[in-house]
This record gives sequence, C-alpha cells and structure tokens, in this order.
Amino acid sequence: MKIKITTKELKSDFAKEVKERSGIDVKKCYQCGKCTAGCPVAYEMDYMPNQIIRFVQLGLRHEALTSRTIWLCASCITCSTRCPKEVKIAELMDVLREMALEEGVANPKEKNITTFHKAFLNSVKKHGRISEFWMLSEYKRKRPKTALQDIEIGPQLMLKGKLSLTPHDIKGKKSIKRIFEKFK
Amino acid sequence: MSKKIGVFVCHCGTNISATVDVEKVAEEAKKNNPGVSYTTTYKYMCSDPGQKLLRDKIKEEGLDGVVVAACSPKMHEHTFRNASKKAGMNPYHVEISNLREQCSWVHPDKPTGTEKSIDLVRMMTEKTRKDKSLNPIKVPVTKRALVIGGGIAGIQAALDIADAGHEVVMVEREASIGGHMAQLSETFPTLDCSQCIMTPKMVELAQNENIKLYTWSEIEAVDGYLGNFDVKIRKKARSVDLDLCTGCSSCWQVCPSKKIKSEFDMKLGNRTAIYIPFPQAIPSKPVIDREHCLLFKDARKKNIPPNDSKVCRKCLDVCPIAPVKAIDYSQEDEIITEKIGAIVVATGYKELDDTSMYGEYGGGKYQDVITGLQFERLASASGPTEGEIQRPSDGKVPEIIVFIQCVGSRDPAKGCSYCSKTCCMYTAKHTMLYKHKVHDGHAYVFYIDIRCAGKDYEEFWLRAVEEEGATYLRGRVSRIYKKGDKLVVLGADTLTGSVVEIEADMVVLASAMKAQDDAEKFAQKLSIQYNKDKFFSEIHPKLKPVESSSAGIFLAGTCQGPKDIPETVAQAGAAASKVLALLSADELEREPVVAKVDRLPAPIFSTCIGCFYCKRVCPYGAIAEEDIKARDGSVIKTVARVNEGLCQGCGLCAATCRSKSVELAGFNDEQVYAEINSVEFS
Repeated sequence: MKIKITTKELKSDFAKEVKERSGIDVKKCYQCGKCTAGCPVAYEMDYMPNQIIRFVQLGLRHEALTSRTIWLCASCITCSTRCPKEVKIAELMDVLREMALEEGVANPKEKNITTFHKAFLNSVKKHGRISEFWMLSEYKRKRPKTALQDIEIGPQLMLKGKLSLTPHDIKGKKSIKRIFEKFK
Repeated sequence: MSKKIGVFVCHCGTNISATVDVEKVAEEAKKNNPGVSYTTTYKYMCSDPGQKLLRDKIKEEGLDGVVVAACSPKMHEHTFRNASKKAGMNPYHVEISNLREQCSWVHPDKPTGTEKSIDLVRMMTEKTRKDKSLNPIKVPVTKRALVIGGGIAGIQAALDIADAGHEVVMVEREASIGGHMAQLSETFPTLDCSQCIMTPKMVELAQNENIKLYTWSEIEAVDGYLGNFDVKIRKKARSVDLDLCTGCSSCWQVCPSKKIKSEFDMKLGNRTAIYIPFPQAIPSKPVIDREHCLLFKDARKKNIPPNDSKVCRKCLDVCPIAPVKAIDYSQEDEIITEKIGAIVVATGYKELDDTSMYGEYGGGKYQDVITGLQFERLASASGPTEGEIQRPSDGKVPEIIVFIQCVGSRDPAKGCSYCSKTCCMYTAKHTMLYKHKVHDGHAYVFYIDIRCAGKDYEEFWLRAVEEEGATYLRGRVSRIYKKGDKLVVLGADTLTGSVVEIEADMVVLASAMKAQDDAEKFAQKLSIQYNKDKFFSEIHPKLKPVESSSAGIFLAGTCQGPKDIPETVAQAGAAASKVLALLSADELEREPVVAKVDRLPAPIFSTCIGCFYCKRVCPYGAIAEEDIKARDGSVIKTVARVNEGLCQGCGLCAATCRSKSVELAGFNDEQVYAEINSVEFS
C-alpha cells in the first residue's frame, strides 16, 4: 500500500490527541526498532510496531487506526519494558484500538479479535471475572465461522473442571460495575 | 676496519616467533659472517629489560654495530638508537630488520618465514657493516610564530603562543579577523551567542603586545625551513591608513555605492564600497573595495585619474583626520618579509554555496532556498533582518520551514564523499532558533542519519525534537518547485516507506564544508600535503594530528577537515603547544638522514650536471640551485644543493639523479648494493 504524507498530516494533532488520551509522548521515539526486534507477533503484523509509532509521529491517523497490527499486539509488554526512551508502546496500541473502535475504522480482517475482546469485557462486566464457557459461547455465536475451532479440547477441559457451565461471580461486582461506568 | 656486530632477534611475544624460528635466525646470523660477534633472542626487545640487554651487550662485547630483528623501523628504530646512544655507540650504527610486518605477519608457513628472516637479517648485517657515524644536524631557531588565518582556530593558536611570551605574526586575508565563527548566530550545544564569546577573544588578540596583526593581507611565499622560515606577506592596498584612521564611520555613511552584496551576510544584506565587514570588526577600520568603488571604476573604465574633480571622492572629503587624511587612493600592495620559526596554518573552510548541480533543490534558482550560513545570518541579531527570520524573496515570516541535511556531503557522485560533521548539529540548532522566534511555526528536517557524537550533542538534538517539536523525516528530497508563493518539497520518509509532500515557505540546505577554493595552490606554496578533497593532511591521523607533512608547519581548524568550534579550539591549542615546544629550544636537532650533492676539488667541483631533475621531484622544496664561482666572480657551473633544514630524507633525489651525484646519508649506494648482493637468489 502506498502512503503519501502531506502538510495536512504533518500539521495534524494526532500525536497530541494520543498524548492527551494516554500520556504517551511519541516524539520521544527515535525509531531504533527495539520494540519490533523483540515483538513475538511482529511476523504476523502488516506494519511493524515502530512503524505504528512513526504513523502517530507524522500524523498518519488512517494508517495507524486501520492497521491490523494494533489488534495483533498481544500486550505482552516486551516492547514497553525494553524501550530505551521509555515509550509505552503496548499501551499505545491499546489507545489506538480504542480510537479505532470509536471511529468505526477498526480493520475488518481482525473482527475475530475485536469480538473476542468485547466478549471478554462483557464477561468481566457481568461476573466480575471471566466465565470461560459463556465468554466463548458469546464469541462463537457472534463469529459462527469459528464455531468448530478448537472444539475438541472442550470436553477435556470440562473433565478437568476448567470450563464450568455455571459462572462464579466475584464478591465486589459493584466496584467492577463502577469501573465500567467510569470509562463508558 | 671491520665492525663487531651484534644481532638481537625479537620474539615480539608470539607475533614473530609463531611463524619464524627465531633461534635458528640468530644462529644463522653468526654462520659464515665473521663480523657478527654476538647473537641472541629475546621475548620483547622493546621492553625495558630488552633495551638493557642491548645496552649491556654493546658495552660487554664492545659492539660497534647492531642489528635488531624486530618490527618496522617506524615503530622502534628510535627506541633502539636511543638505547645504543646511551651505551656510547653512535646511534646510526643501529639497523632494524623488519621481521614482523614484512615477514611473520604475511607468511603463514614457518620454514618459509624462517628462511626469509635469515635473508632479511643478513641484508641488514651487510648494511650495518657499511654504516657511517652520523651526528644530528643542529639548526638555530627564530623564536617567532606565524599564524595564517584569523578565524577562531588562528585566534586561539595566536593567543596561546603569545601568552607564553613569544612573538606572533598573524595574517588574515579579509579586512577583519573573526572568520566564520563571527558570522554565526548562536552556537551548539549551549546556544550561547557566537559573537558574545568570540569578540572578547578578538579584542584580546588586538590588544596583545606580542601579536602583530596583518589584515587584508595574504601569504605570498614561504621560503626556508623549520626554525628559519622567510615569509613574504602581501599587504593588499587597503586605501585606508590604519595608523591614521580612527574608525569614526563617516566615510562608509556617505559612500554612494550602497547596494553591494555583503560577503559577511552571505549576500543577504548590502554593504558600501568603503566598509567594515561587521560592527565588531577588528581592526574597526574600513577598506575600499576597489572593484565596486566609483572612483576606481571610473579610473578603470573611463581612464579618469583619481585626482580629477569629476570623480566621487566623498569618503576622502568627509574624512575628519587632519592634516593628512586617513584615506589614500594611491596606496599600493606592499610586500613584507618576516622571519619566522614555526607556522600554524588555520585557513578555515568554505561553505558549499553553489548548489547548481542539485536541480532537485532548485539548482540555486529559488531565492527562498538558502544555505546554512545564510540562515545563520538571518537568525543573527547583527544580520540583515536583525535576527528576524524572514524569507529573502518578500520578507514574510515562514510558517513552514524545511531543512535538508547532507547537501553536498556524503555525496561522492556530485559533492564530497565525506560527512561535514557539523550539519546535524547546526540543523538541530536552526530548528530551535526558528521555533524560538516563530512559536507556531513548523520545522521539518530531511536527514539520512543523525550524527551527533559529542559531549551533550545527542541530548541537544533530542531536545530539538522532543521539546521544540521539530519533525525529522528520514529520507531525501526529490524535488522542490514553486506553487504560488509556496515551495513544494517532495521527498521520502523511509521509516514509513512513504512519499512526503510539504508546502513550505522557505527551505534551508545544510551545505557541506569544503576546502577553500585556493587550498591546493596555498598548500603547494607551503609544501604541505593535502588529500583528495584539498583539506591539508596531518602526518598521522591518530598520533600526529596537528603536524603537517613539512617540519615546523602545524595545522589547526577546518583547513585540515570539517570540525566544529570545540574541536577547532582544542586543535588550535594543540598546534600552539607544538609551536611552543619548538620555540623553547635555542637550537633544534634534526635527523642527519638527509641528502647531499657531492662537492669535489677543482676542476670538477661537483659531478652534478645541473639538470635539476632532483629539484622537480623533491616534495619538500629542499633543493636549491647554487652557482660555483671562480675567483673573479664568474659562474663556472650551476649545481644542486640540498637544504638540510628542509630535507626529510625521502631519497627521491638520489634515485632520480642521472650522474649519481646525490647521496642520502644512511642509505648510500654502497650500503644499498651491499644489502642486495647479500641475498642468495635461488
């Protein structure tokens, strides 16, 4: 894909917006590539992690928010831990995911991942923790193509008591709810 | 008289002994070689105990010739000659057989290496047999230094030498000292005002009683040698008497030629025909630019004499000095000769100002595409805009400014192959100066690499990015074109793999630092070497960084290669300390390994036939023509003579001489043939 940078992008406030939302100052990044070097999922990404930072630096909003990379990031935080300039790259990916969802531009190829994230959060919202069974059933219901994926390990997990049909709610569900209220 | 020769074979740790059977070499050196009375091997001959061994054996065995089979003579010849001198032997009876660089390091195989080493040692033994005692040449020293160039390098060197109590002659070709540093606005990495830190040094120099300053002057010729140079200085006609003029400024205020492009302002501002280059000039006395002055123009073009009433003489009329006016149109160039002991060359650099080869940057056509030094003048409070960043075409304050690094530098195809070293830092500084003056402006920098290796340098450029908000784009610019009153800059950012298009108001090219236009000619005048880029060469890039190839001539500042102010000042101090070491002795000792043209009794006088091929090949200008005269003064023949002070003993003259009249002491024909004949060819 060809990218063209013009005065419009360069003058845009994208980096500033990211900084206001997350406190992450991408200007600090000097593009050494340490993040990309250590990323365990970089081989699957369409843009390398350092390129995503570069997009933010140069105001390339569209390229950053529609990338698959932000969804493929596994949040292992190796990049943030190793960054010599202390740029929180994994956290940056989080902000970009949020912004992508808000603007409805999240990459359609990674819909599985967005659905999974949502199912995960829904479960936390409802029970204060993950109910693996119900989370997965929501995910597979919304992404029917994945219905038979990994299905064979289900019974084994159940036999070992790892996939309970009845959700176990936590005690402080109200506090969890308040968190969700706050960040609506 | 046959010599008693000692052969000392060094192991050099295992550098030599791994590929050469050193014991066998020592043994063989004695065989069939009646002169060799002592041989030994030692682990490190250059170590203290190794040298002691040499000294002791010279005394014990009564040696009068020594061969040390070790590393290159460039490394330790001096060491072993000193050691033998201490033991009471003439040091020039020591010869080095190079077993390391010329044998063990280049041959992997031990038998071959050993065999070759045996040959090498025998060759040197034969040479040693024919060694003659030589004594160092003593040359008197004139205790005065010459500093060529009045930029920061020259100023620093001159002050350091003068402060140590020696007389200094400074020659500057412009009307004022100060050089490029005086043109700069602020300096990295501290952003202190250049003139604020520069002018006190200039004033100090002007007031120093040990320093004799010639401005508007150039070096005409340098004759003589280390400790005894005769320097001819051309004092160009200034048309103003420096002793009478008070620098009152009346003359340049009335001068009618006001639209001459100022060289000091990099042609962004104007000056008059009688002018001082900048307000803090030293001396603060004007010069008449005869090319542009109406009086001289009339004299040249219309043949009107200067004393005609029709010509412009406003400056003379207004000059308040009485009874003799300070302005003198009839002044002519003057040649002055100064006796000098040592020279510091600090002639500086020239900014690449002609960018016509870069069509993609407008080829020098666009007024608003300027160079780094021009930007310095724009940002300088003493500049044409009094420090406001305004673009040259219409005086508009640029909202978007693009900087392009490596213009001319790192471009072997069109520009120079080297990195100009200062541009990364000065561009970062420019973005800061711009942002300090235009708060809501945008600065973009196209770069290949960022090279900010210096104390506090990395932090400085990161400050430009992180705090001042300059945007760096990693890539080159492919085209600049005009669109309305904008300059559209097309380029690339390789980090995103994208093309970039910026509508800018002004573009600044970080132009390369180049050698002065006349650097080559000047180097030839001084007989100093220079590299392919016409920067003057030091003898050794690491261990002799300020010594030129000619003894007694030292290098300081950017004439030797691109460098920034801290480095220039440090190098100038180093050059000054070398000069002071020279001037501290009344007499200098020089290596006696010099060439000599024979002199014989009448009627031959010399076998030299006067072809002077030797003079043509001598890189040091050490060969002079000498008339051999009869008693009545008539010239019998003209022959070559070697100036021992200048000769560096390279041997080119001896090799070139067709009549075998030149002998190089320590390397005469007899010795060289003895070496060759001792090789057993199989």
